[in-house]
Amino acid sequence: MRRRVIPDIAGQAGAILVTLAGLLILTFVIGRIMPTDPVRAIVGEDATREVYENVYRQLGLDRPVWQQFFFYVRDVLTFDFGTSIRTGQPVLQDIARVLPATVELATFAIVIGAGLGIPLGVAAAVNKDRWPDHVIRIASLMGHSMPIFWTGMIALLIFYAGLGWVGGSGRMSQFYIGLVPERTNFLLIDSALAGQWDVFRSAVNHIILPASLLGYSSSAYITRMTRSFMLDQLNQEYVTTARVKGLSRNKTIWRHAFGNIKVQLVTIVALAYGSLLEGAVLIETVFAWPGFGQYLTSNLLIGDMNAVMTCVLVVGLIFIGLNLISDILYRVFDPRTR
Amino acid sequence: MEPILSVKNLGVRYGGSAEWAVRGVSFDLGRERLGIVGESGSGKSTVGRAILRLLPGAEVTADRMRFEELDLLDIPERRMLKVRGARMSMILQDPKFSLNPIERCGDQIAEAYRTHVRATKRKARAKTLEMLEAVQIREPERVYDLYPHEVSGGMGQRVMIAMMLMTDPDLVIADEPTSALDVTVRLEVLRILDGLVRERGIGLVMISHDLNLVRNFCDRVLIMYAGQVVEVLDARDLDQATHPYTQGLIAAQPRIGGDRGPLPVLQRRDSWVEGAA
Repeated sequence: MRRRVIPDIAGQAGAILVTLAGLLILTFVIGRIMPTDPVRAIVGEDATREVYENVYRQLGLDRPVWQQFFFYVRDVLTFDFGTSIRTGQPVLQDIARVLPATVELATFAIVIGAGLGIPLGVAAAVNKDRWPDHVIRIASLMGHSMPIFWTGMIALLIFYAGLGWVGGSGRMSQFYIGLVPERTNFLLIDSALAGQWDVFRSAVNHIILPASLLGYSSSAYITRMTRSFMLDQLNQEYVTTARVKGLSRNKTIWRHAFGNIKVQLVTIVALAYGSLLEGAVLIETVFAWPGFGQYLTSNLLIGDMNAVMTCVLVVGLIFIGLNLISDILYRVFDPRTR
Repeated sequence: MEPILSVKNLGVRYGGSAEWAVRGVSFDLGRERLGIVGESGSGKSTVGRAILRLLPGAEVTADRMRFEELDLLDIPERRMLKVRGARMSMILQDPKFSLNPIERCGDQIAEAYRTHVRATKRKARAKTLEMLEAVQIREPERVYDLYPHEVSGGMGQRVMIAMMLMTDPDLVIADEPTSALDVTVRLEVLRILDGLVRERGIGLVMISHDLNLVRNFCDRVLIMYAGQVVEVLDARDLDQATHPYTQGLIAAQPRIGGDRGPLPVLQRRDSWVEGAA
């Protein structure tokens, strides 16, 4: 079994390369078929024909498509993603600024979502068709159905404006902006590194509400899936075996049944995390969170293709990465896959 | 002889069902081997699980259900946890499903021991290896570290037997312990189980649908039909069965060298069920 590890890794690497190639083709095609004119986006509506054609040539649009693709791949491989028309800065630099904001929010949210969803899902399965199950199912249905921009505004109204328990919009109080040197762009990390605990506290205060809302909404999905995975396991014979051995119900559930749903949980938590990382545009808008979702959406709306293509590439890479991690965790959790 | 287990007028009804899955079942069990035989759905497995009190959501009634000095109808679950797996246990049918797929065989056996006996990991492991040897596994050290998907059915069932005899129980219920196994290893596994049960003086309830198996490995046989016991016989007198249902079961067995015509259809009469209209 051990000797299969190397071919497995090779196979995995091969699969990743193929996926990457597909991803590059996809982003390239998106760049070509979008109903926006990349030249117009640069030169503006009033440019002369001459200027227009100059830029057209500069962008290489007069070349055959395969050559254009070749140039695109070459640029990507050298980390040259071009300049964003909207911000006037290199796209890579923009993303290095907005992505950490979203990663921070998404990570906080998924910790809340999984931390809430998994135990609740197990509790619902164990108490199937009794009141805890009903309560949990209603709560998760609500999390699933309430539009997040609405809950966002209501929550701001209650917890920020009304009770004053948390910070309002943005990543920190206006007062602190620019106070902390930007090293990683993860505000929690940067402020801790700089020893600026006031800023750190302000950042936590600001992230807690949007992260909780996102967490609640993704916990809805995690709860539902955990419940159904758990129900499957509770009908298995090995659960009876554990009971026959004299284990209590709780020990049987956590020691035996839970171990067997870990693999499935990894998959759905990774997926939920992925979709959070894609950027929660709505919540980012409501909370004025300068994140990836906002960046992608505003660039998409004005046809800033360099930025859009790069964003799509980043999302693709995030999912490839998450898939890789969950594949590795499969091997850790399930001896049958080794 | 003081019985280990004494059941009188046991009835079981599953949640939401109007029908009794088991009713009026009575028997005493000493340090002997009792077979319970019947078709699928006759309630034989339900009897086993009722004794272990592992029927969540089901209604269990009886005039008496005693295990040694304990009243199984009455003791709280907290005490039952100390009995189940320690003084009574159950061998389940198919090791493919009854072993936890993500834990090593040895660890699963050791867990049965450590649930009831305070022991270090090292001691539990030593004890497990001993037990694996007792179920005639030749390389206990190697098998200890295998996962259930890496062992054969026969080996898996020996792991199961080892797990369930780990704490020297007084009562073992074997719920179709060999019906999931290859015919070729069936006898071997049964001999191992039989040897251990006799050697340790364990009371065994063997639930099966295989008349020959019960004839060879049990002292007495209970024949169940539609949730009731229709006949109780000494295993060696099985051929002298008087109840038409038992006779039907016996007649339905194919025999080497026997008539190759179609097997007779098993008869079922409502009148065999007590209290039927």
